[in-house]
Amino acid sequence: MQTLTQTHMQTLTRNKRGLVGRLMAPIMALVMGVMIATSPAQALTDEGAKRLVDGIVGDINKVIAAPTSEGQKINDFQRIFNRYADVPTIARYTLGVDARRATPAQMKAFTDAFQIYVSRKYGKRFREFIGGKIEVQAARKVKNFHEVKTIAHLRGESPFEVTFLVSDRSGQPKFFNMFIEGVNMLLTERTEIGAMLDKRRGNIDQMIDDLRRLK
Amino acid sequence: MCHTDYGAIVLECHFAPNETIIRKQFGMEKKLYQARSSDMTGSVRRGIMAALFMGLALSGCSTPGPGDVQPGGIYDPHEAVNRRNHELNRALDRALVRPAGKEYTKVVPEPVTMTVSNFASNLSLPGTVVNNLLQGDLKGAWVNSFRFSFNTVFGIGGLGDPAGDVGIYEQKADFGGTLAKWGVPEGAYVELPLLGPSTERDAVGKFVDLFTDPLSYVLPSPEKYYGTGTKVLSGLGSRGRYAETIDSILYDSADSYAQSRAIYLQNRRFELGGDAGSDYVDPYDDQSGGSDPYADPYADPYADPYAE
Repeated sequence: MQTLTQTHMQTLTRNKRGLVGRLMAPIMALVMGVMIATSPAQALTDEGAKRLVDGIVGDINKVIAAPTSEGQKINDFQRIFNRYADVPTIARYTLGVDARRATPAQMKAFTDAFQIYVSRKYGKRFREFIGGKIEVQAARKVKNFHEVKTIAHLRGESPFEVTFLVSDRSGQPKFFNMFIEGVNMLLTERTEIGAMLDKRRGNIDQMIDDLRRLK
Repeated sequence: MCHTDYGAIVLECHFAPNETIIRKQFGMEKKLYQARSSDMTGSVRRGIMAALFMGLALSGCSTPGPGDVQPGGIYDPHEAVNRRNHELNRALDRALVRPAGKEYTKVVPEPVTMTVSNFASNLSLPGTVVNNLLQGDLKGAWVNSFRFSFNTVFGIGGLGDPAGDVGIYEQKADFGGTLAKWGVPEGAYVELPLLGPSTERDAVGKFVDLFTDPLSYVLPSPEKYYGTGTKVLSGLGSRGRYAETIDSILYDSADSYAQSRAIYLQNRRFELGGDAGSDYVDPYDDQSGGSDPYADPYADPYADPYAE
């Protein structure tokens, strides 16, 4: 009797598991499929981050060495910046607490204006690198992202450090901060955008207009 | 004779790292007074002045209280005075330095400006070595001494930079950095007239460095001003060469004072500290825009983000 009940129950359980299993399998597959489709194919590795910076540096060195005009070079640097940088994240960070009260339309207008402003500004800065070259050093994981150090060799100067911070949390590996001799883009631009907002007494729309008008 | 004494003082200070700075100053003065009894020269007198000034200045170094530090690790109680000096410096740059720098790099061909800057930088190396030693950086002292001899001999008195061509570069050091190494706090941010952005600690360092250059004690009178003269030209060269970048900070930014302050402090802390890794800000965890002060790596008043 005892044995019979046990066997019976085992069968029941097995059947139940089988049923649940049969039902769950396609659901699980679907969930997994969705997860794979929405998340980056692989977690970013040091190698991956280094590859991204290799790409940036390769492109920059190409522009530095090319026999093009200075104006053309600035355009090229802008293109490199837009391709490799996570501009929306950088823009949101530089707006600081004010990003909270900005409407989606303001956020979009600001991000567009910021993209042009920042790529122009740093494109000009990279003009100093003409005649020099940049070498990628090592990558390491810091917190949730990767730090890739490079050394810039400029004519007539001791080599100095340019560091890129790379993350794939935007969906693609992109850099979100850059340190030139310790001076970081996020903090410097937050100071600047903050000062522009102060000038307009916190009016985001007027600040965006000012940003657009900068050459 | 006195130069050796000065070197001994320097070493004595270095090997007493646990004493407070003020005690070191007294030690230094005592030693200098001993030197005075035997053979008082101008250099020793200048050394005493430097030490006294430093003692005075350090005792006046301000330390931030709670809530005194703005985001970005900025402690700026003298902001009103600093902003006045900033306007003065900007006016001076606009009227004099900027046009002179641009003209200099336009008229003088680049190989010549490069030679001038090589020469100035080579002449500053002995002073750097003194600070390398004060900071206990024997390797840096060795590299800089080697670089100095190599460029002086093979670079025709430092006009060329053959050491740089084979990868031997200057290991930067100054007395502001020495004070930092000795544990003197950064103090408040200051913008000095003519000299520009600094901190209380670096302002003292800049002054003392007028006296730490061994060449100024060794060289006879007209020659020792060559360094200063070429340094001025070299500065003009940099102003011309990096004109657009400097212009963008001084004239294009919404608040050029805040911008130069942020850039100076970041760069200086990087030079003195080195590694920033654990203090990096993560904008992906900061989508609200960073209202949480603890999310700001520079918010802690006493944390030098680049220290150790």
